Amino acid sequence: MDKMPQWADVVLIPLISLILAAILSALVILGIGEDPVAAVNMMVSGALGSTYGWGYTLYYATNFMFTGLAVAVAFHARLFNIGGEGQAMLGGLGVALVCLYVPWPHWSIALLAACGAAMLFGAIWAAIPAYLQARRGSHIVITTIMFNFIAAALLNYMLVNVMRPVGSMDPASARFAETVHLPTLHELLVPIGINFSKAAPANVSLLVAVLACVVVWALIWRTRLGYEIRAYGHSETGALYAGISPYKITMVAMLISGALAGLMAINNVMGEAERLVLNSTEGAGFIGIAVALMGRSHPFGVFLAAILFGFLYQGGAELALWTNIPRELIVVIQALVILFTGALDNMVRMPLEKIFLALRKGKA
Amino acid sequence: MEDKTIKAVPAIELKGISKSFGPVQANKNISISVAPGTIHGIIGENGAGKSTLMSILYGFYKADKGEIWIKGKKTEIPDSQAAIAAGIGMVFQHFKLVQNFTVLENIILGAEDGGLLQPSLAKARKTLAELAAEYELNVNPDAVIEEIGVGQQQRVEILKALYRQAEILILDEPTGVLTPAEADQLFRILHRLKDEGKTIILITHKLREIMEATDTVSVMRRGEMTATVKTSETSPEHLAELMVGRKVLLRVDKVPARPGKPILEIENLRVVDEKGVERVKGIDLTVRAGEILGIAGVAGNGQSELLEVLGGMRPGSGAIRLNGRALPLSGPGSDARARRAAHVAHVPEDRQREGLIMEFHAWENVAFGYHHDPAYQSGIFMNNAALRADTDRKIEKFDVRPADGWLAAKNFSGGNQQKIVVAREIERNPDLLLVGQPTRGVDIGAIEFIHKQIVALRDQGKAVLLVSVELEEIFGLADRIAVMFDGHIMGERLPHETDEKELGLLMAGVSGEAA
Repeated sequence: MDKMPQWADVVLIPLISLILAAILSALVILGIGEDPVAAVNMMVSGALGSTYGWGYTLYYATNFMFTGLAVAVAFHARLFNIGGEGQAMLGGLGVALVCLYVPWPHWSIALLAACGAAMLFGAIWAAIPAYLQARRGSHIVITTIMFNFIAAALLNYMLVNVMRPVGSMDPASARFAETVHLPTLHELLVPIGINFSKAAPANVSLLVAVLACVVVWALIWRTRLGYEIRAYGHSETGALYAGISPYKITMVAMLISGALAGLMAINNVMGEAERLVLNSTEGAGFIGIAVALMGRSHPFGVFLAAILFGFLYQGGAELALWTNIPRELIVVIQALVILFTGALDNMVRMPLEKIFLALRKGKA
Repeated sequence: MEDKTIKAVPAIELKGISKSFGPVQANKNISISVAPGTIHGIIGENGAGKSTLMSILYGFYKADKGEIWIKGKKTEIPDSQAAIAAGIGMVFQHFKLVQNFTVLENIILGAEDGGLLQPSLAKARKTLAELAAEYELNVNPDAVIEEIGVGQQQRVEILKALYRQAEILILDEPTGVLTPAEADQLFRILHRLKDEGKTIILITHKLREIMEATDTVSVMRRGEMTATVKTSETSPEHLAELMVGRKVLLRVDKVPARPGKPILEIENLRVVDEKGVERVKGIDLTVRAGEILGIAGVAGNGQSELLEVLGGMRPGSGAIRLNGRALPLSGPGSDARARRAAHVAHVPEDRQREGLIMEFHAWENVAFGYHHDPAYQSGIFMNNAALRADTDRKIEKFDVRPADGWLAAKNFSGGNQQKIVVAREIERNPDLLLVGQPTRGVDIGAIEFIHKQIVALRDQGKAVLLVSVELEEIFGLADRIAVMFDGHIMGERLPHETDEKELGLLMAGVSGEAA
């Protein structure tokens, strides 16, 4: 018998964790002499109070959806891919190469090609740690995190020594051509009569991210490959018994994971910056871990958690801009959310399970 | 309640013990009274609440209600220290010994006097010699645990309890890992302890042991104590009925086998495990159509590896042929998927780690290993509707309870989990069925059913290779018995031409000629 209904597991626990994190954050804000109610108001109006705020919230959320899905897919195979950051950087490199060196007639074809390149580069970057894990037993947590540093160094080299336009002092590539400009939400929504903010960076990549959520859901729960990935994730000896190759699943799950992380680049590189800059990922690869944890590795959960973290990012930026609350505190708030929804999961879960058991006993 | 009939003060008395885990009531109002200097058996199926009761007695759990009286005194047992102080010693099913410590070091572990080890060791050595003389419990105090046999290790556990001055000894399924001869020795020791005035509680699911060793026996069913009887006044059939709540057939009903052509031929099969240890050391076996070949042996003598290599779970060397066709033992085509394609079905030894994914729904588990079956596919997706329909059929045919395909495997009882595995494998109509410990942790009612299914497959002219550590099961099912010891086949016997004594010697590595 399950200890509690599924809705409690999926909705109630994250919600309570979130409220706890919010209460603690409020105490911290009180502690530094600011007004927590005003701070919450500021965050909500800054992130959700205007189409401009929404545009930023959704832009960040798009990044987090991709990296969250990446972590979630690997999680299902019990692989902890914390190399999303590096894989997303490499994805950016792929996107930049495709956009800079091929004259595309229309953004839609360019987007398809950029998706392909981003996924390919991200997957290649994940393939090496995956191979080392599957064949040599090198722990994937160690190797993927090391590959983040290698990716950063590689990108640095490429931008400074290879891709930097002649005469520029900026470690960044040239701007992409106007033909590969992705339509922003403003451009997409004007034809149907909605006047979305022009300045916000959210773009058509959001739709790709939502599509990716659906595809990942179908992959994990509706295909044979997903079945094998989940079976392997639950029991490696079970997989051997069922004739599922641990090598194959480790490789395939990591390739898909890397491809999803790489795909983030169509949003931040192609959609927003329209050129490749240093540190273009801004830590989104790591936020993806929190997003996947909070979303219970379910694509729908990842979707919601990505929007929440988008809100925290954008609301936090507004808070730092308009109040005396330092930017570091925003990181504290985000950390508290991660701490409560991820690491301290059992703290909420166990009492809640007891309550549900007591309720059921009362009925029985 | 009836303790007036017992003259002496009971060594241990439980009054109205109840314990719930959430909605599950593991113990319901249990009262027993054990006279000093007796062996009291507690028998019941898996999940009947035996272990919970003993855990309460040893301070691992706290009872919701009820009292514990020891030697006529009401005693609180909040933790295992209190249990030890009250004179209770526990020998667990899985020994709690430090593998690379000596016997002596293990015995004083947790009972050292002061910070320096030497005085404790010297004292223990002296006490140990006394105990050995008193109870005929001989072990070499300087032997390292990992180098002595399981029977010896169990003695160390008993000595540990006696060293802590236990008056009441609880043994949980003590014979699970022993050969018949070692089990006999254990029972001799227990009788000796009893004669010296110790009180022993023996928890087991084996009826034979209860009949052989105990003075009184309590039967547990679904958390309740259904009866307490004098062993001399009961019979195995009666006890089984009390355990299950209905009449059960203890003997497997089957007609003589009519072996046909060889299905599986094994030649010089060798298996080296991940640590580089050779576990199967060149064995030759043949399993014919329409027969059950039983592999007897104490756990850990290479039977598991034999099953795994045949099932495609690990590589080996040598040769195996199925229906005359060679099957690869390593490299491509040697995995479990290829074995299934060759019509080899496998009911693995450990259903929870291998045979099922515990978190998966029952219907997902019905496809496990057969998830490539075209009947379960629909384009690029899996045809879950077809799979669920198939599951419902199997659930009905094999009487899986509760009959709910959406339930996760972990939420079924051991017996019903095993029925799911057996249904999945047997319904494939394989040429060869590999079965490991088919009834481990399975309740008596389900054992009967599973045995029937295996015999029915044999009667259809299929070959069955059965690995079991339960000699009773081997005798009941097998048409031919091979005994495995240390990776070798020690000999083959026909069930009606041998007995437990002879097999026991073979299982202990004494070859047929010497026996």
